[in-house]
Amino acid sequence: MSNPENPDYTPISGGPTDVAPLGRSGPKPAHEKTADEDGDPFPWAAIANDPGFAALKRAKLRFIVPGTLFFFCYYMALPILVGFFPAMMKAPILGKVNAAYLFALSQFIMTWVLCAMYVRAAKRWDIMNAELLAKFIRR
Amino acid sequence: MFPLLAFTVTPALGLFIGFVALTLVITYFSARKATGSAAYFAAGRSITGWQNGLAVAGDYMSAASFLGISGIICLKGYDGFMYSVGFLVAYLTVLFLVAEPLRNAGKYTMADLLAYRLKQRPVRAMASLSTLTVSTFYMIAQMVGAGGIIKVLIGVDFVPAVIGVGILMLVYVVFGGMLATTWVQIIKAILLMGGAFALSIMVLGKHDYSLATFFEHVSHADYAGTKSPAINLLDPGLAYGSTAKNPYGAIDFISLALGLVLGTAGLPHILVRFYTVPDARTARVSVVWATAIIGVFYILTTFFGFGAATILKMSDIPLDAAGKPDGNMVAPILAHILGGEWFFAFISAVAFATILAVVAGLTMSASTSFAHDFYSNVIHHGKEHRPGQEVRVARITAFFVGAISIFLAIQLRSLNVAFLVGLAFSVAASANLPVILFSVFWKRFNTVGAVAGLAVGLLSSIILIVISPSVMDPAVGLIKAAPLFPLKNPGIVSIPLGFLAAFIGTLCSREPEAEAKFTELSVRAETGLGAEGATQH
Repeated sequence: MSNPENPDYTPISGGPTDVAPLGRSGPKPAHEKTADEDGDPFPWAAIANDPGFAALKRAKLRFIVPGTLFFFCYYMALPILVGFFPAMMKAPILGKVNAAYLFALSQFIMTWVLCAMYVRAAKRWDIMNAELLAKFIRR
Repeated sequence: MFPLLAFTVTPALGLFIGFVALTLVITYFSARKATGSAAYFAAGRSITGWQNGLAVAGDYMSAASFLGISGIICLKGYDGFMYSVGFLVAYLTVLFLVAEPLRNAGKYTMADLLAYRLKQRPVRAMASLSTLTVSTFYMIAQMVGAGGIIKVLIGVDFVPAVIGVGILMLVYVVFGGMLATTWVQIIKAILLMGGAFALSIMVLGKHDYSLATFFEHVSHADYAGTKSPAINLLDPGLAYGSTAKNPYGAIDFISLALGLVLGTAGLPHILVRFYTVPDARTARVSVVWATAIIGVFYILTTFFGFGAATILKMSDIPLDAAGKPDGNMVAPILAHILGGEWFFAFISAVAFATILAVVAGLTMSASTSFAHDFYSNVIHHGKEHRPGQEVRVARITAFFVGAISIFLAIQLRSLNVAFLVGLAFSVAASANLPVILFSVFWKRFNTVGAVAGLAVGLLSSIILIVISPSVMDPAVGLIKAAPLFPLKNPGIVSIPLGFLAAFIGTLCSREPEAEAKFTELSVRAETGLGAEGATQH
């Protein structure tokens, strides 16, 4: 059932589903669908119960949770240190360049490195994902 | 009063017209393709990874970024550079938590993801309200800035300048849809990067192309000898330092940083960009491209921001309505001093392109949300009575959003509306982000929680801004009274409130249907199964 709220499939007179022209693009109106097309096409529950899905989710969380915690703490350390320990952060380190600026610059590098690590990890997830879906969907 | 108007403005005007002509040609070709919802709202989901990366960058690096940040760094030094850092690191939030699930489980708007397993109508109505609020506030800030800048750059008066920008933006959005908007953003991103590089190299040239000399001069910035004693712009605290007068400076700075890093992942005009690509993998690639481009740009703000303070005289910087130096003009003036008339014209055209690309993106996201969420799904229960109705409503909405923004921008022209950008980020972080995250990662999450989170995030941001020093100021505020809330940036209070409201709202009710549908949403979000791919041609 595509629309459980409205089980009456009688076409509305003059409505778009009533006199659909030949050769139209776009989805079929509900009353023209075959039983196969009408049903939910994907076995959601079966995929969710597959050990491969649990493994995929675990692999993602194992990267995303520590990754997020790390970048959030590393980033928030900047305004906290600058706000509460300004004297320390004003200390020149490289010539005239102070700790505050170098720490800010390191945030850019941190962002790019984490981005690259994410892309590498995501390649693994793509493979796991393709293997999982291959079990359920014939292409 | 303003020295640059002494010379003829023909080069700037010429480059403006060239840019407008180019974008109109693109709009013409996009208009022929923009038939059907997926084509109009999501550019047929056929944008490639690098293209979308450039478009995200073009959508994101607003006039507030280019003109505003270079100005605030020039005047306030390190504290302004915090914007550069926050605007970039924010993309880790987008990449890690939002981009792929959103692309996998949604269709055209942020609300698609929420409405997937929650009750359509209340959730979409609230999400649409939040989207319209963020986009309109952000747009008014851009338009008021645009009017002022165009007035100075090409000598067109404020009112015709704002109306002109508004009409152009409507042409892109109404006729060209997402495809034209995307290409305007891509071209703008390329122009902006070119301008930023050229400006940075010229600034470095003034310091013998030596980083050591450059930082040496920045640490004794004297604005070409017009300010003494010289100040060390690398030292934090010039804008947000805790002083006897403002003991909350440090907390305000932390609040700003928090709003920046969490706000981007809730900005509707950035989120809708991920629907223009064929799949989640491309969405990921586009975030990586965007992060590379945006990162380089914000590192360059070091040169044309800090560097400006070593080259410009204080008298070169015009004053705003309140009599304080107006940083917005720093980058174009710097370009004029370093590169002469033509380079000034080029940087002005870049600024103009920047404004147009961002307001077009904002109008697009606002009208998409109204047409798709509110009109189609809230009023008409998700049924399209006539083909193309959703797109027609979006075009009409774009017209109204544009008209209202033009009207408000003209009304608010003499006010300093920079706080509206902060408000947009705060609403995005406090209202949108909590419900997006809970919806994807928390099975128990339900409609009451979503509506509570959106409403509390939205209201607390607005109320805290209205009673903050940005609006309430005994001397120059919109409300002439002492502020009731000491921070200019509400994030540190409003973001936890938004998360808390979504959490408590959820615990107050149970919704078995929402929990039952979590399995399906979860499989969709993680695997991309069932996501709409690129339109076949």
